[in-house]
Formats: sequence, C-alpha cells, structure tokens
Amino acid sequence: MPLYHTDDQTMLSDTVGQFMAEEGAIAKQLRHWRDRDCKDGFGHALWKQFAEMGFTGILVGEDDGGLGMGHVEAGIVLEEIGRNLTPSPFLTSAVLAGTALQHGSDDLRGRWMPGLVSGESVFAVAIDEGAKHRPERIRTRAEKSGNGFRLSGRKDFVVYGGSADMIVVAARTSGADDDAEGITLFAVPKDVAGMSHDAVRLVDSSMATHTTFDNVELDGDAVIGEVDGGREILNKVLMAGRVGAAAEGVGVARGAMDMTVDYLKQRKQFGKLIGEFQALQHRAAHLYSEVEIARAVTIKAQQLLDAGSEKADLMASVAKAKVGKAAGLAVKEGVQMHGGIGMTDEYDIGLYMKRDRALAEFMGDVYYHAGRVAEMSGY
Amino acid sequence: MSDLDTFRAETRAWLEANCPPEMREPVRDDQDVYWGGRKATFKNDAQKAWFEACRDKGYTVPAWPKEYGGAGLSPAEAKVLREEMARIGARPPLSSFGIWMLGPALLHFGTEEQKKKYLNEIARGEIRWCQGYSEPGSGSDLVSLQTFGEDKGDHWVVNGQKIWTSYADKADWIFCLVRTDKNDKYRGITFMLFDMETPGVSTKPILLISGNSPFCETFFDDVKVPKDQYVGEINRGWDVAKYLLGHEREMISGADSSERGAGIGAMLKRQTGELDPVLRAELAMFDVDALAFSAMGEKFLDEVKVGKAHPAQPNMMKYAGTELNKRRHELIMAAGGSAVLEWESEETDGGKPARSWLRTKANSIEGGTSEVMLNVISKRILELPGA
Repeated sequence: MPLYHTDDQTMLSDTVGQFMAEEGAIAKQLRHWRDRDCKDGFGHALWKQFAEMGFTGILVGEDDGGLGMGHVEAGIVLEEIGRNLTPSPFLTSAVLAGTALQHGSDDLRGRWMPGLVSGESVFAVAIDEGAKHRPERIRTRAEKSGNGFRLSGRKDFVVYGGSADMIVVAARTSGADDDAEGITLFAVPKDVAGMSHDAVRLVDSSMATHTTFDNVELDGDAVIGEVDGGREILNKVLMAGRVGAAAEGVGVARGAMDMTVDYLKQRKQFGKLIGEFQALQHRAAHLYSEVEIARAVTIKAQQLLDAGSEKADLMASVAKAKVGKAAGLAVKEGVQMHGGIGMTDEYDIGLYMKRDRALAEFMGDVYYHAGRVAEMSGY
Repeated sequence: MSDLDTFRAETRAWLEANCPPEMREPVRDDQDVYWGGRKATFKNDAQKAWFEACRDKGYTVPAWPKEYGGAGLSPAEAKVLREEMARIGARPPLSSFGIWMLGPALLHFGTEEQKKKYLNEIARGEIRWCQGYSEPGSGSDLVSLQTFGEDKGDHWVVNGQKIWTSYADKADWIFCLVRTDKNDKYRGITFMLFDMETPGVSTKPILLISGNSPFCETFFDDVKVPKDQYVGEINRGWDVAKYLLGHEREMISGADSSERGAGIGAMLKRQTGELDPVLRAELAMFDVDALAFSAMGEKFLDEVKVGKAHPAQPNMMKYAGTELNKRRHELIMAAGGSAVLEWESEETDGGKPARSWLRTKANSIEGGTSEVMLNVISKRILELPGA
C-alpha cells in the first residue's frame, strides 16, 4: 500500500479539516471552556457534532453501528484535533476504549457501543499507575468475589476520567506486579460504589483524574475478553493509543510550525521580515524536515496497524518517539521564534507548547518508546 | 498468470542462468565494482561474464529504450528486475556516472543523434564519464564558475580548472559546465561534452582524509571542443545542470535508504558484546530516527511515482538522509572503541570503519551542502522571504 492518503482518505481529510477549523477552533473550544473553568475540559455539544459527522464510530465495526474504518482514518481526525488543539474525548473514547470494547462480548458491546456512536457517552482508560507510563507493571487488583470481582487500587493520568460514563480499567487478577500475564480488562460504569476521582486540571487545560478503587464490586459481565487474558487486548489498546497520540502530535507539530512560519513572514525587525534571516530560515527548514519524517512514520504505523502486521508494535513506538521529538521541537522553536509575544497567553503558540507537553507524556514519552525500540531490536 | 508474473518467472530463470555465484556476494572494495570505459579491466571472469550477459540483454540500463542500449522495461518490470536481483544479492553489472547522471540529462535534453551515440556507449560500458562542475572558487555558489570557452567559430577553446571531479583520472569523457558568456551569470553557461584525451586536459588526484583519492583536480589548457558537443542550448547549460542536480539529490537521498533505515543498535551490541548504558540510549534515539526516516524514504518514493511529492522535497531527503548517515558512523566509531581506530589492520579490512566514517563527512557537502539544502527548503517549500 502506498504511503500516502487514498482519494477517499484525502476527501475525508478535507472534510475533517474544514469542520475542525470551524467548529473545533481554539477560540471556540479550548479557550472557551478553559476561560469558563469547565469541569469537563471539553464541550459535549461538539462531541455530539463528532457523532453526527460519524467520527465517534469511525473505528467501531459496522455491525455495532459504526463506520468500520481504520487507524489511518482515525488518524486523520486526530491530526486535525491536534492542529486546532481541540479538546475532545475522541482519543480516549473512540480509539482507546473503543479498541478495548471491540474485544468485548456481544452484551458488552451492546451496552456501550451505541452511546459511543451516538455521542451520548464518553469513555476513559485507566492504565497508568504513577507519574510515568509503565504498563508492564500493574498493581491494581481485582479479586474474585461471588460471581464477580472486587477491585482495589489507584490509577493516575486518567484523562477525562471525571467525565467518563465508563472507564476501561486494566487490573491484575493473578500473578505478581511485574508479570506479563494475569491481567484483566474491566468496563467500569461511572456510578459504581467505591470509585472516587481526584480531578486535576493539567497544564494544557485538559482534565484528568487520580482514580481510587476501594473494594469496588463488579459483575462478571464487566470483564472485557477473558479473565487473565487481558494483556493481549491491553497491548492492542496501547498500540492504538500510541499511534493515535502520534497522529494528534503530528497535528500539534504542523499547527505550531505553520503558525511560526507565517509569523516569520509578517514580523519585521531591523527593517526586515525576520524570515529573511538565515539563522531562522535554517531552523525552520530543519523543523520542516523533522515534522515531515514524523508524519511519514505515523502513517506507516497506522497502515501496519490496520494490516494487522507484526511490525506494528515496533513502528508504533518509533512513531510515538519520533513525533515526541518533532512536536517538541516545533513548539519550542515556535515560542522562541515568536519572541516576547510567544510568552503571552493572548497568543496561541504557547497553547501548542502546553498541549504538546501533556501529549508527550500520554501513552509513553520519547524515552520510554526509544527504550522499547532498543528492546524490540534486541539490545 | 499476469504478464508481470510471467516476466518475474522469466527474469528469475534468466538470473539463475546468467548471474555467477561470485556476483551474488556483497561488494567488498572498489575492484568489485565494474565501471567500464576504455581503461577498464575485469577483476575476474565472473565479473566479465555477468557484465556481458547484462549488456547483451540491455540490463545495464534496463529502463532505457532498446534503441539506446536499454531493455525498454516498463517501470513495473524494472521494479521486478530490481526485486529479483536484490533477492539473490546480485551486484550491479555496471556502475557509472553515465548511467546515473549524463544518461538522464541526455534522455531529457539530448538530440536523437546524441542519444544514439552517447547512450549506447554508456549502456555498453564503452565510455566512462566524469562530471566537471565544481571549481576552486565555485563550490556551493556553483553558478559563479569561471572556466571559460572562447568561441572560435567551429570550436571553443576552453581554459580553467575543475575540482572534486570524481574519478577524472579514470574517465574517458567529461560532461562539463563552461562559461560561454561572461555578461550573464545564469544564462552564460554551456553544458559541454569532450574527450579527456583532448590535448590540454590534465588531472591530479586529491588525497582525502580517508586516505583514498576518489576525486581529482582537472585542468584545461587551451582545450579545443567542437561546437556540436553540448547538451541543450548554448548558454542554457544551467538548466541542464539544475535538472541533473535534482536528479543527483534524489539519487543520493534514495540510495541505500534501506541501509540508512535500518537500526544499528542490535548490530553493534552483537559486535561489541556490551553497550555502555548512555551509548545504548543514544543508539536507541538514533534507531528511532533511522526507522522513521526509512518510512519517509518509502513515502517519498511512493509520492514521486505519482507526482505527489513537492518538487523541492529531494532537498529535504538529501539533508535528512546525509545527516543521519554521519550520525550512524559516529556511533559505529563510538561503539567500536580503539579497535576501529586501526588504519591498516587485517581485522578492520584495511581500516574500513574509520575510512567509511571519514568518507561520510562528505555526504553533507557533495551534491549540495546541508546548508544549501536548508536554503532551498526555506525558499521553495516554506516560501520564506528573501531566501
């Protein structure tokens, strides 16, 4: 498959791009909700519009009422979300939780998928424990209890956890903390007794929770897939999340870069447009090169994931790491090249820097993924 | 079976019958590469047999038309041939600047007569070409070149000096940028072709930091060049040169992109046994960049095929690819430690790691420096002002 968008994908990209630039724009969404101290950190009305456009069910199978498309298409939506810094539960709901649910029973999918597709429901995933993404170690435990389970532990960086109607929780049902096996995924509804959220606003104005499970009673039918067989599903969820976060990061990088290159063509100092200075031209050109490469490997990872290739895992980590580098460079160069105005809240470039920081941590940072690349390569 | 499947089966059988086992071994030194030309000798019978079989089949330049010495393969067939050759590790039967550079320029700008003569000579490995572009005072600012051809009616008299002429001492003919109008910088250059045996042409190899001398200084002292030996139009040689530079950058950026796209951490761990943890981290960061660049290479080639790539994108590929290759060899040296400092030992195959490391430093200079590439990206892709 050629490494560029097909005609259909290009059309989708145009549609999504136009929609997001209008409805998902920074002033209309990010600043609007931030300045009103919105506890959700995103607008439910826009989530409904996402549903009307078909985005919420983009990865959901046609049998479950979705569009049954792939990660290339989901990535198109995410890139535009990134470019416009649109606060949206799309990544956590439609990509991460959605991927987990695909491995659930008919009953489970019947319970949760319609809400996702219609935009009535928002989902979150609870994987991280501690400040860094280390999904190899899971301490949150679910003990057998009657016909169900009793869940105890604490999860961190649960993005949009406080707004979620359902949270996919990765818990240990057997074995030791560092075991690969013995993991089970649960679909935990919001109103269960014993679950409490400590909601925090993050640097990019998004909302996340530290979520504590204190002997939460769960029915057996909350299990996604098989008991003790959750690692394989979790890995798929992580891969989808990494590739998705990379796509959003590409959007952040391109948004910041475009804004900065435009600024170089407008701002005058020493009687010249600052874009005439070679010191800035070369840095902008280097940035372009890095962002192009990051975008290429992200599309590669999306295609491998859609093809079910065994190389997808490696390329997902390469993509997340490379985008981490390139987007980090884009926002840092962006603020620096804007000069003093880049430090002001009034100007949008700083918002890109903040979003990049949060996105860089989500689903593992550049160091975590470079380490994975080394391990998977055999050193 | 589709036509392409049939072609693949035939190609496979032909290669099986004609590519000697020795020619399926990796190239180890310059002797293993056959460059053709009047002074050429074969290293062994296998090299000769393989070259002749390909020459007779048109496979030295498979995609060129048959009347010019090629096999007239379609792009899809040429790809199948490349794949089948790669599958058995077959060496290129003939390497030359005629194939890579002059050929594409002639196919685009040449007259029918020129194509028939020069392309056939290139395809048959009869004439080895070199490229006369850079001058001592004209490197990155190539268009300032001063080598002058004085119009004498039916011929020019060329005087001046070229530098960095690859293998000028081994070449038979040169394609050369010569100023023919001193009053017009861009429209005063002619793309000339002439025999290196013409009286007044002399060459002197340049010893490089790698200890090798692939480049020469080339001197022209009252060299007579007949007035029909030019490509394109008189005084419009810069158009040909620009076309070729684009082609060269594409080639440099595409060449061994598979090698550049492979990670090196695992290889170095195997070679050295243990990696310093900080070096391991650097290797991991490098491998991320290398693997990502391999995807970029694939995307770039896919886009070139359907005309989707930005026309200046080869400059980005050249910049990123050559900088990556320099980093690769820095890390190979770092991992190898004192063992790869050896300059002449048998263990290092005559100092190969160190010489290769030094060689890569030219990657970001030859064919346009990284700084020039960044200038072009600024101007043509980002459209920054005054660039």
